[in-house]
Amino acid sequence: MPTPEQLAIDRRAPLRVSVWQVRWRRFTDFTRRYARNRMAVIGLLIVLTWVVVGLFAPWIAPYGYDKTNYNAANQPPSFAHPLGTDALGRDQFSRMIWAARTALIVAPTATVVGVVLGVFFGLLAGYFGGWIDEIVMRLSDVLFAFPGLLFALLLAATLQPRLAAWLSQFERIKPWVRAGYVEFFVVVIALSLVGWPGLARLVRGQVLSLREQQFVEAARALGVSPWRIMWQHIFPNALPPVIVALSMSMGSAVVAEASLSFLGIGITPPTPSWGAMIYNEFASWRSPSAPWLLWAPGLAVAALTFAFNFIGDGLNEALNPQDRLT
Amino acid sequence: MTAYLVRRLLWMPFLLLIVTFLTFVLGYYGPGDPAQLLLGQHSNPEAVERLRHELGLDRPLLVQFADYVWRALHGDFGESLTMARGRPVSDLLKRSLSITLQLNAVVLVVSLLVGVPLGVFAALKRNTWLDYLTMTGVVVAISLPTFLIAPILLWLFAYKWRLLPPGGWNGIFSRNIILPVIVMSAGPIAVFARQTRANLIDVLSQEYIRTAYAKGLHERRIFFVHALRNALIPLLTILGLMLGSLVVGSFITETIFGIPGVGRLAFQAFFSRDYPVIMALVLLIAIGYALANLLVDILYAFVDPRIRYQ
Repeated sequence: MPTPEQLAIDRRAPLRVSVWQVRWRRFTDFTRRYARNRMAVIGLLIVLTWVVVGLFAPWIAPYGYDKTNYNAANQPPSFAHPLGTDALGRDQFSRMIWAARTALIVAPTATVVGVVLGVFFGLLAGYFGGWIDEIVMRLSDVLFAFPGLLFALLLAATLQPRLAAWLSQFERIKPWVRAGYVEFFVVVIALSLVGWPGLARLVRGQVLSLREQQFVEAARALGVSPWRIMWQHIFPNALPPVIVALSMSMGSAVVAEASLSFLGIGITPPTPSWGAMIYNEFASWRSPSAPWLLWAPGLAVAALTFAFNFIGDGLNEALNPQDRLT
Repeated sequence: MTAYLVRRLLWMPFLLLIVTFLTFVLGYYGPGDPAQLLLGQHSNPEAVERLRHELGLDRPLLVQFADYVWRALHGDFGESLTMARGRPVSDLLKRSLSITLQLNAVVLVVSLLVGVPLGVFAALKRNTWLDYLTMTGVVVAISLPTFLIAPILLWLFAYKWRLLPPGGWNGIFSRNIILPVIVMSAGPIAVFARQTRANLIDVLSQEYIRTAYAKGLHERRIFFVHALRNALIPLLTILGLMLGSLVVGSFITETIFGIPGVGRLAFQAFFSRDYPVIMALVLLIAIGYALANLLVDILYAFVDPRIRYQ
């Protein structure tokens, strides 16, 4: 039989755990579950490599991306040029590294902008319902009617020349336009506009079921404002599928950027992009004299897509432990 | 159910109109001046003005839009500006559309015939190494960009071993189609396999399956009659969504393999900024996509009586 003092201590004990301890514990649980999926860990390593290479491209790349050397054109891989040189004598290895930077700028920005839009509209539509829901859903219907890449193509093809012409009026921005920054901007806009409706629907579905749960009802009964309920109570609970979708759509953004550039609408030479590099070697697909020029960018795109898909799987398992049972 | 369908059907024309308008506005503000394009850069401004008037390009946007829709409804999508100057767009579309549809039909059939059995197999062997192997292969197949497999296959089969022709179009029963179909089916096969496995495992944990066992039914019968049927229904939705991505996916495949379908036409049109062709293509694809999704939703309700739309 415990004494009253002992009981009191026991009852007080859990209170001494700080919020940060709980959060830390949750975080380590999460990382342990994530680390159990070996492919997901490999995926994370690939992505980290990509980020580091992209960030430090100017220091890693042995040559500039547009440095031509006609004396060393069309060379096979050698010690000086690990991936050979292209028809203009540009070092393919260096161009790969610079192109990693291009992808690193485009894919995450496009994904994040798309996710922010999607989460915002999804929350609004799901929580408030009524005419807001109707408008958001009809809008997403319209955007859904275009197959993604097609709309991005059309948007980029239309926006790019107009925007470049308009911005060229301003003397101060002109050099930026010449340097091709508008292309980045246009590709990001096109890809994020295509990406948000899917996420908005996902979030909306989550919110619809969360809205009816008791903790939301309790919050409402306590007089918490709708905005606060949305962000503090519903949003964190709707987050796991959004995070998984984020990882997956990052992978497709890499492919989409490459596809746009491949089709000559996205990032155009001399700015290096894996898609444009593949298009450059397009003619050699039928009689490949220099297959390495083609396979390097193709493999890079593939490796990143693998990585993001595996990360998505790993996150899914780590965030929804109950799903593992099935 | 009927109310839902009526609502969807009533919304459809508006959706198509909005889609058309959006495409038209993008085309209208896009290419620069078609008249200028036709006459060349250093032409007489008066001549350009005259041609603009003749082509009706000096009218207000909405008037031009109404005119475009009216003509499009009669099958007239204007004339190609740069690619094949003066040829009616509908001519260009007709041939390429039929080729793309044939190609995609073959891809769909192949991916269903391979993907579904793969998924069933993985679900039967679930949580064994066979299952893990299949599913890892599936993730790999989903992630493979056309950029990578197409050149590798071309290089191996057409260049190194000289087993298959490197492309071209000779109808669906020729050897030319083998490589493009492999390239295009890899993704859909993976999606079907993954979804079939997940659905099947989900269905097998349902109460009615336990009831079937309790009734003493043979395992095979439970699996193939009770479980599989219900597991395949959600594939319909994916099928609808896939149609669009298939057509767009054929952009790159058709270009690589030199198949004169919609994809290659679009590629050439985008490259030479031939807006009448681009607009007609976008419109047709968007309309087809929207209709296919509507059809899938309707089918869905018929196949699975548990689904009730509001």
